Amino acid sequence: MPTKVEKDVVTGTNTTGHEWDGLKELNTPLPKWWLYVLYATIAWAAVWFVLYPSVPGITGYFPGILGYSQRAAVNTEVRAIEAQRAGTMDKIKALSFTEIRKDPQLMAAAEVAGRIAFANNCQPCHGAGGGGQPGYPALAAGGWIWGGSLDAIEQTIAYGIRSGDDKARDSQMLRFGVDGILKPDEIQKVADYVMTMYGKPTDRDVSAGRKLYADNCAVCHGEAGQGDREKGAPRLASHVHLHDDSRDAVVAQISAPRMGVMPAWHTRLDEATIKSLALYVHSLGGGE
Amino acid sequence: MADAAIMPHSAPDYNEAVVRKFVIATVFWAVVAFLVGVWLATELAWPQANLGLSFVNFGRLRPVHTSAAIFAFGGSALFATSFYVVQRTCRARLFGGEALADFVFWGYQFFIVMAALSYVMGFSQSQEYAEPQWHLDLWLTVVWVAYAVIFVGTLMKREEPHIYVANWFYLAFILTIAVLHIGNNLALPISMFSAQAYQVTSGVQNAMIQWWYGHNAVGFFLTAGFLGMMYYFIPKAANRPVYSYRLSVVHFWSLIFMYIWAGPHHLHWTALPDWTQTLGMAFSVMLWMPSWGGMINGLMTLSGAWDKLRTEPSLRFSVTAVGFYGMSTFEGPVMSVRDVNALSHYTDWTIGHVHSGALGWVAFISFGAVYYLVPVLWKRPGLYSMRLVSWHYWIATLGIVFYITSMWVAGIMQGLMWRAYDQFGFLQYSFAESVIALHPYYVIRLFGGLLFLIGALLMVYNLIQTVRGKISTSEQRIVMPAAVAVAGE
Repeated sequence: MPTKVEKDVVTGTNTTGHEWDGLKELNTPLPKWWLYVLYATIAWAAVWFVLYPSVPGITGYFPGILGYSQRAAVNTEVRAIEAQRAGTMDKIKALSFTEIRKDPQLMAAAEVAGRIAFANNCQPCHGAGGGGQPGYPALAAGGWIWGGSLDAIEQTIAYGIRSGDDKARDSQMLRFGVDGILKPDEIQKVADYVMTMYGKPTDRDVSAGRKLYADNCAVCHGEAGQGDREKGAPRLASHVHLHDDSRDAVVAQISAPRMGVMPAWHTRLDEATIKSLALYVHSLGGGE
Repeated sequence: MADAAIMPHSAPDYNEAVVRKFVIATVFWAVVAFLVGVWLATELAWPQANLGLSFVNFGRLRPVHTSAAIFAFGGSALFATSFYVVQRTCRARLFGGEALADFVFWGYQFFIVMAALSYVMGFSQSQEYAEPQWHLDLWLTVVWVAYAVIFVGTLMKREEPHIYVANWFYLAFILTIAVLHIGNNLALPISMFSAQAYQVTSGVQNAMIQWWYGHNAVGFFLTAGFLGMMYYFIPKAANRPVYSYRLSVVHFWSLIFMYIWAGPHHLHWTALPDWTQTLGMAFSVMLWMPSWGGMINGLMTLSGAWDKLRTEPSLRFSVTAVGFYGMSTFEGPVMSVRDVNALSHYTDWTIGHVHSGALGWVAFISFGAVYYLVPVLWKRPGLYSMRLVSWHYWIATLGIVFYITSMWVAGIMQGLMWRAYDQFGFLQYSFAESVIALHPYYVIRLFGGLLFLIGALLMVYNLIQTVRGKISTSEQRIVMPAAVAVAGE
């Protein structure tokens, strides 16, 4: 098809003379501003290539005349923040809990450090403000399994529970149902009795359950269900429950106990942060 | 060819059946994509909206949304328009016959359905926008090669001396997507009967190849492909010549050349080496004008025809699309600058940016094309109701505004909260607190998405009525002259 260049009446520009399905094109030159901005971005890119790490070689890359390194830049920022915290955190690390609590300003800083460390590390399991959820102890409620003193909390945070760490807290409840230590109907009776301990008695006779409890459970959980922190046996005569207070939950826990794991945080958090965390957790309402 | 020899000046008998099928698929998948998007937005605002069901939890439903939007809706729109445009602008029937075209249609739809089913059942190779496992990747490769054969074959048997600019863009899209798809999915299956496979690369190399793929899926699927659409439907609807052929040439080649290097900007502040990040950032900034070349050509083509925006609501979609295209292709280079990215990365700003492109550009330019195509393909005198198109336009535009402004505010707020320190040098906010702060913006985003969905449903109703041959009673007077014009074409 021969090309036929026409003049567009609206713009006064010529067409290229091609036509497809009625579509034509004007032969308008490149907009000047467009071209200049394109050149400017290319120049900008060239400057960046000279200033910053850019062109790769065989064994390395051109590091740029500013000598910029992202890793170094991040380290500098981290060190600056650490320096800002250092005054506070060094003191928290060096002083005992008693000494820290005597210094209101230091205590305020520790609780700020503890709050943010808690929110970013502990809250996913223990809930905002230590409210807890089934399987994850409510720290604000004070139903301590391993102790609620500052030292006990600090140890739990640092080494965890069943975390595999050498100094981890560890306990094991027998699987009374799964391993056939108790028969299913015996487990039901024990559950009925345990429920009377925390004030949810059933109509059923609990004398058999009381005897089974004394023979099988009391050695760890205590005659009156008071628990044993040395063994990590939860207090049963309590309104605070690790799992749930329903009969089904109690039966399930006796049959095939769920044994939760808490990580050892000393591998991830420094000593002062862990102490701050202990102070914060202690202050939530359950501290002893 | 034989036909052309007998009747050299008449239009050949185009294959419009496959275009009609793809137009139906486009509209269907649009509604699916928007509906799933609205559901996901609900889950983000109120997580219990996942109903506790594993197959509709956020992690499994998200790839259904992204794949439905990009590949099912966007892809079908590109197939429909590329098959339509290449035939018209080459004056040649699709190469390969009806069977090959139908294979591409059904093969592609099969891929989409299988991919979506695999996602909700929990299968994914965990690469964003490339989630399907290797069996499906191989199938898509076969379909894509058939598509390329049809397109290139049609170009080769064209009756026009030159190749129209829209086809350059479609061809760049087809070829580059083939290379990206194969390159990013190189993997060694653990057995014929397992969905699992080992990726050929690992670690940061794998991440780099993933974002070379991911960013160029944006560049060549969502940009080049849809620019092809723009280059046909805007001059066609405006009945004006394309503003500048020279700009077409320069912005086409600069866009193609620059885009392929820009992927590393998705990996700023990661283990990716500094030099690679600089490279990605520099090319992203240089991409600004090549991208804007398309916007200039789109908008300036309307010189002398701006009045058509009043009478042609479908053209309003196309032109607004070009506006959103210009906005997001400016925002992109800005966000790719390492220091801006330090604030924006991992925040909802990115989500807002993507949706100004996906809703504003990709969906709007497709709506414009679909409104143009349906009366032509079904040989109807015009759309059922221009007023409904107008309602669709305004409701959807308002939806986009709610969507992207809420995500801008949410994203910048998130970024600032994450980097805020108190006077002791401790973080001011926890991550959970930044999530809680997002809630109101997530509700606004949901509202915006809902508006966009409602607009699309109006379009579905309007198109169904159009195909049924109806004309809205209140508009008969306005539409009749157009009907005569189309019938006489």
